[in-house]
Amino acid sequence: MVLLSLMAATTIGILRLRNLFAVVILGGIYSFLMATVLLVLDAVDVSMTEASVGAGISTVLMLGTLWLTKNEESVPVRQPILPAIVALVTGGALVYGTLGLPGFGDPSGVIHHHVVPRYLNDVLAETGVPNAVTAVLASYRGYDTLGETTVIFTAGLGVMMLLGGRRGERKSEDKDRRRAER
Amino acid sequence: MSRDLILRVVGKLLLPFVLLFALYVQFHGDFGPGGGFQAGVIAAAAIIFYAIIFGLNAAKRIVAPAIVAAMVPLGVTIYAGVGIAGILLGGNYLDYFVLAHDPVHGQELGIFLVEAGVFVTVSGTMTTIFYTFAGRGR
Repeated sequence: MVLLSLMAATTIGILRLRNLFAVVILGGIYSFLMATVLLVLDAVDVSMTEASVGAGISTVLMLGTLWLTKNEESVPVRQPILPAIVALVTGGALVYGTLGLPGFGDPSGVIHHHVVPRYLNDVLAETGVPNAVTAVLASYRGYDTLGETTVIFTAGLGVMMLLGGRRGERKSEDKDRRRAER
Repeated sequence: MSRDLILRVVGKLLLPFVLLFALYVQFHGDFGPGGGFQAGVIAAAAIIFYAIIFGLNAAKRIVAPAIVAAMVPLGVTIYAGVGIAGILLGGNYLDYFVLAHDPVHGQELGIFLVEAGVFVTVSGTMTTIFYTFAGRGR
């Protein structure tokens, strides 16, 4: 509860601030709080990912982006009424959807049946890997993880093609040359 | 920031442990939390940390951008290659049971290789993205 209210406070801070540097740092704090919440929920693997990716890498990348652009958010031209309505309706629909879910930790919930008992009971005998999360990710759901790796690959490829390589290098070489001529 | 004495000293002290922790997360992922994805991000974070403290060019001298860029497709190739190896050895795609004489050992080997592939792609991609962003200049 404390963590969730801290997260809410961080969100309000992000909404109200116009200084993007502070917003990025608050985003990192939000990610760390989320990681702590996941830790409390015993989802250690997810928590670790959230801390390293959400709080670590994305904060650094956002700061890198800020370095390329400017530091202040521009004032919106129009009042964002339609986006606010869309956000409220979507949020309301999602909250309505959670009413149909089984209670938290309910052992009769759907997600605890189907293939889960087999994974948890047979994981050591079938794969020799004690951590069920790793076994499910890499073996039982190997196709999904292959897809995820391909997504990362595609992201790297996209950044390289859009921003990378020749043009930027040549520009900095030009700058060096100009500096040398001076 | 490159003249900051405390940052430089502490950074040099911390970096080996960060890299060691990345390897620990990678190879201990079978027993505790972690795996290729987290380890890749931690290893990339170590390189980015070095680049922020000592400058981008110093980092590029240690970890060349060409190598990092080559790591991006290499990891996916390792992952997909494990799948194809499964087919060649008479199983289905991404079937690890056939990789070793004992099915359980095959699973362990398959998971290990696949996690290595994820590590290579993730660390390569994260470092590449940082290099491209930071190398653009204003």
